[in-house]
Amino acid sequence: MFFSLSRRDWLLRCLKTSAGAWGLSVGVSRAQDMSVLGRVQDMSDARLRNFDEMIAPYVVRQPVKQGGITLSLPMLADNGHLVPLSLKVDSPMTEESHVTHVYLISQRNPVPLMAMFVLGPWNGRAELSMRVRLSGTQMVVALARMSDGTFRYETQEVVVTEAACIDNG
Amino acid sequence: MSTARLQLPARIVEGDVFKLRLLVQHPMDSGFLRDLDGVLIKRNVIRHLQCILNDKEVFRVEPTTGTSANPLFEFYLRATKSGELYFRWVDDKGYIGELRQKLVIEPTNQSKAAKP
Repeated sequence: MFFSLSRRDWLLRCLKTSAGAWGLSVGVSRAQDMSVLGRVQDMSDARLRNFDEMIAPYVVRQPVKQGGITLSLPMLADNGHLVPLSLKVDSPMTEESHVTHVYLISQRNPVPLMAMFVLGPWNGRAELSMRVRLSGTQMVVALARMSDGTFRYETQEVVVTEAACIDNG
Repeated sequence: MSTARLQLPARIVEGDVFKLRLLVQHPMDSGFLRDLDGVLIKRNVIRHLQCILNDKEVFRVEPTTGTSANPLFEFYLRATKSGELYFRWVDDKGYIGELRQKLVIEPTNQSKAAKP
């Protein structure tokens, strides 16, 4: 039966199917544009980054080791818009040995870096505290660069019941 | 508009490491939220905030959209010399916020005794 089709018929059929497929794809993309909620869902269900991905933009072949930082975050945050975070790096903060940078990195937020601090021996104590936004339950990484070029990190899991990045959230 | 408040200990003695709390009033719009009409609110966050003491940068923070609205920063400084604390921050709209605060550091008892 297929072979009985004339060349003209066959071309016409090809055209129709491709047009149909094109129409379908346009329809689907429209539907995607329309669903704001869908996009918000995508954002809060964003793929969790792995640890190497999180620290890669800041660490280039320097040694990185865990520990030496006390990171305190609530275990359960009711509101992702405002999560108190404080950290302390064990460092004498002298001219010879001090913390130069502190990075706070999120596993799930659309923008991974939450804040970057620049410190020096004049601070006297490598202790910081701020409030961050978290888009869902995730791991938070605090990465500190020491004056000798090495990096330290500490992680903590936070359960967020109401994520930031959602309207009226 | 963007204003800020700074909290310092009542008395700072030379050699102390004292705590500063800076609360900046800023919406920190992340650019992901919509207003009541469903229109996306443009991103407007503080790009960087620096603290300058006697013409020297002593603290700097670069927040992103991951920083809460009305950001609060707590950090420490070692008291060496009296002077003026100058805070300056710039946001996405190009607004420059400023805060000046006089910093008075009392000499220690020993240095007082040493002076005639």
